[in-house]
Parts: sequence; structure tokens; C-alpha cells
Amino acid sequence: MLVADNRMVAPSATLLTLQYPGELPDMVAGQFAELQVPSAKVLLRRPISIHAIDRSKSLVMFLIQIVGEGTQSLARLKAGDKVNALLPLGNGFSYRTTHVARPLLVGGGVGVAPLLFLGQELEAHGIRPTFLFGGRTENLILRKEEFRKYGDLFMTTEDGTAGEKGFVTNHSLLMDSEQFDRIYACGPTPMLKAIARWAMDHETACEVSLEHRMACGIGACLCCVEDTADKGNVCVCKEGPVFTIDKLKWFN
Amino acid sequence: MVQLNTKIGSLELKNPVMTASGTFGYGTEYADFMDINRLGAIIVKGTTLNPRQGNPYPRMAETPSGMLNAVGLQNKGVDYFVDHIYPEVRKFQTNVIVNVSGSSIEDYAQCASIINTLDDIPAIELNISCPNVKQGGMAFGVKPESAAQVVSAVRKAYDKTLIVKLSPNVTDITEIARAVEGAGADSVSLINTMLGMAIDAERRRPILSTVTGGMSGPAVKPVALRMVWQVAKAVKIPVIGLGGICSATDAIEFLLAGASAIQIGTANFIDPSISEKVVDGIEDYLTRHGFNSVQEIIGALEVI
Repeated sequence: MLVADNRMVAPSATLLTLQYPGELPDMVAGQFAELQVPSAKVLLRRPISIHAIDRSKSLVMFLIQIVGEGTQSLARLKAGDKVNALLPLGNGFSYRTTHVARPLLVGGGVGVAPLLFLGQELEAHGIRPTFLFGGRTENLILRKEEFRKYGDLFMTTEDGTAGEKGFVTNHSLLMDSEQFDRIYACGPTPMLKAIARWAMDHETACEVSLEHRMACGIGACLCCVEDTADKGNVCVCKEGPVFTIDKLKWFN
Repeated sequence: MVQLNTKIGSLELKNPVMTASGTFGYGTEYADFMDINRLGAIIVKGTTLNPRQGNPYPRMAETPSGMLNAVGLQNKGVDYFVDHIYPEVRKFQTNVIVNVSGSSIEDYAQCASIINTLDDIPAIELNISCPNVKQGGMAFGVKPESAAQVVSAVRKAYDKTLIVKLSPNVTDITEIARAVEGAGADSVSLINTMLGMAIDAERRRPILSTVTGGMSGPAVKPVALRMVWQVAKAVKIPVIGLGGICSATDAIEFLLAGASAIQIGTANFIDPSISEKVVDGIEDYLTRHGFNSVQEIIGALEVI
């Protein structure tokens, strides 16, 4: 695929837009791509969730946090460069197959990435989601204006620079537990576990997207496993990355 | 038109390119990306007598030009393979070889005897070199006596082509190769992964749940090439070379060192259609150099 655009949207995050040749394949929010890294120093592909799509222009967007050599190399890509991408991979969130009316989309750090695509999809289904994002500080909560196009955005920051001070699970929005009929979450594992615990305690359906270390991305190498209640160790790349929390063995 | 076909014991391969166990699933995972039937063989993932959950996550660490894995032979057991996987993989128009592992000599032999009954599995690869399991695996493959014992037992239970996969984590790999040849192996494949480890300095913890794991990828290629060269001179049975092969040129190097066939492993994770490209690349090389057959370059290294 060709790079259509690549620009920094925060001190350590880039927004990479790829041009798909021809009509975009069907994609579900929560699915990801395995991007080949244009650096001789990096061997494996990088699994990056699909941030948004533009079906009319056949564009796929990725919000990438720069953490190491692999993501740095992806951030250096220029318009016109070629990138080998395997996509779409994984299962995605269940909004096409399960009923949802009042969704809460919870994100932390770069875990907000797939939630924009999910917001787009929900809007197309006539559903206006609520976003609840957490971060250490205000400028680490990425692309706020984009998210506000699709739903109301609430925030928590650890230093109080935006939204309420504290963690997402302490936000006053969660005082009324009847407000939401399903939670979709993506972010650091401690945050996911906290929101999963809240959802369990309040009997709210909850899906979490996991970010395990992957190699192949297609269920062959068995590196990215998560232990599940019904199937034991399963590949996050193939059976996930999205799991309903009752399938996970986090609390037993 | 160059001849790409090669032989491993009585097993005929249309070309010398195989996929390495544990890197290609059951082949079906790769069907979207390439034509599996163009390969000489696929070696499906490590199968044991009983189901195994494998090791806890994290099981993988990327290293410079390589990776460590500590999967620990996760598989659903040989009975599941026979009932659910075999009916699918037998449809491939290529050789499907099963990698067999175990934690005791009896387990290896029993698992092999079950696979012996499957008409469309022409060979097994005996894994006596997995570094990621506590019992069995590499324990058998690091001493000539125990390697010979397990191979003898499996030889009695298995009458088709028996390939034995060797560990590089030994002082002298030719000793082990000769021992398994003497015990009835039809071929040896090498190298399995090299024992390694990775540390997260910030957290002062190992990256892998098992602390150590098996290293693969381009970083191990020089070691693999050296071992293939040594073993090819030490045994009369055909040698299958693997370890960091990422291109047709890499594959040619192993053939020149004495391998009769090669396996592609970690490179499948980077380019899921690489094995098909290697088949084409070997053909190009042979044509470019005026060879009529791949046999002409096996062991054709010129050492002055």
C-alpha cells in the first residue's frame, strides 16, 4: 500500500494514512493490520489497530505511538512510500452481531486508536457513543476533536490537566451504572482490568481489546496467547484481539 | 527447464523448500497468502500424544535480527490431529509432515505409531530438540545415547520416512547426528532454535515467562550453516537445513553446504508468501548459473 499521508499528532504519536489499491475490503472496528517496518534493524511486523477508514477514498488510518525502533521507522514514512500491510486481521468488536444502544467506549493512551473507527461505525448504525478516555496528562489524550465528531468525550487525567483527576474508573460518569448497556475498551492492561472489574460488578456487558506481543498475526506462531475460560490459551491475533470479559480468566 | 525435485530417504519432494514446524501452523493459516501446493513439503506444528497448554504469556521477544520464542509445544494432542486436522491437511497436493514431540520415549513411540496409520502423512520429523519444555524435548537431543534411544524406539513404531530434528545447543552436533543415523533415522534436520534470553532492564525482569527461550531468525543463520556443513560431511543420510533462511540466496547457501532440502521458519512471520518466492528464486539461480538440476548444487561448496 502507498503512504498517502503521515503526520505527528502529538509529541510521540503519528497518524499514518495508507492508500488501499481498489475498493477497501470489509473491515470491523477493532481489527488490526500487521505493518512491515521499513528498517533493517527490525525483523517482525508491527500489529497496529485500524484507527479509521475512508471508504470513498479507500484510505486506512493508523494512530501509532512511537515507542521503539519499529514505530519510529513507521513514523518516518513519507507520502508516496510503500508499506507492506496485512489487513484486516483479528475479530473486532461485536457491534454487528450483538445489540447495543448506549455504548461506552473507554480508552487509555494509544488504546483510543480503534475507538474512532468504532465511533464511525456506531454512528453509521445511528448510535451516538460516549467516549471516556484516560491519560497521564492532557496532551497524551490523542485526537480529542476527531472523537467529538462522533460522540460526547469525557476524560480523566492523573495530573488533573483535563477532565476529572484520577483514573477512568473513578469518573463521575460511572456513578449511574444504568446509563450504558455495553462497554468497549482498549488500553493498558491495568486499565482494562479495572474497567472489566467495574463492568462485572455492575453487570454491564464489556469487551476489551488486548495488545499482546505478536509475531505472525495470523494464528500460526502461538506467541500472543491469552488464557480463556472455554478454550485455554488462544491466539489474541486470531481469536481476538477483542474478548468479552466473561471469556477471560482475569478474576478467577 | 531445471529439475527442482529432491529426495529425503524414500520421500520425493517436487522442490527442496519446506516450511518449518511451529512457523506455518497447519498450512491452512497461510492459504490466503500463497499456493501451499507449490512447496516441497510443509511440516505442521509439534504434536504430542496428549494435549498441551504450552507456556504462559509472554512467549516471544524480538531480538536484533531474530526472535526468541517459548511457546512450549502448545497443541491439542495427536488424537485431535487425526480427527480434525488430518482430514483438512491431507487435501494439500504437497507432502504433509508431522513434527512429533514427547516427554518420554514411550510417548514419542506411541504418537509416531498413531501417525504411522495415516496414509497421507509420508514422514514425521522427530523433535528431540525443543528448548522450551521442562521434560523431554531437548533433554533427549543433547546426548548421543538418549538421542539414539528415542530414535530406536520410534523407528520400531514407524515405518515411513523418519527425520530427526537436531538441537544446536550441544558441543558437537556431528556426534548426535551420527548417533541418530545409527539408530535408524532416514534424515536429520537442523538446526532447531538456540537457547537464549532477553531482559527488560526497566522492570528488571526477563521478557519471557520461562526466562529462556529458543532463538531463531537471520541472527542464527551463520551458526546453522556451519552445523549443516559439518553434519553433511559426517553422515550419509540426507540433511535438511534450516535456521534464519529469509531468501532464495540463503536457501542456496544451505544447499551448497550440503543440505538436500531446506526449511523456512521465522521468515514466514515477516512475509507469509516467502516460501513460494524462495522456490522461484532457487529456480532462477539454477537457470542463471546453467545448472540442470538442484542436485548439482547440493554440497557443491568449493573449499580451497
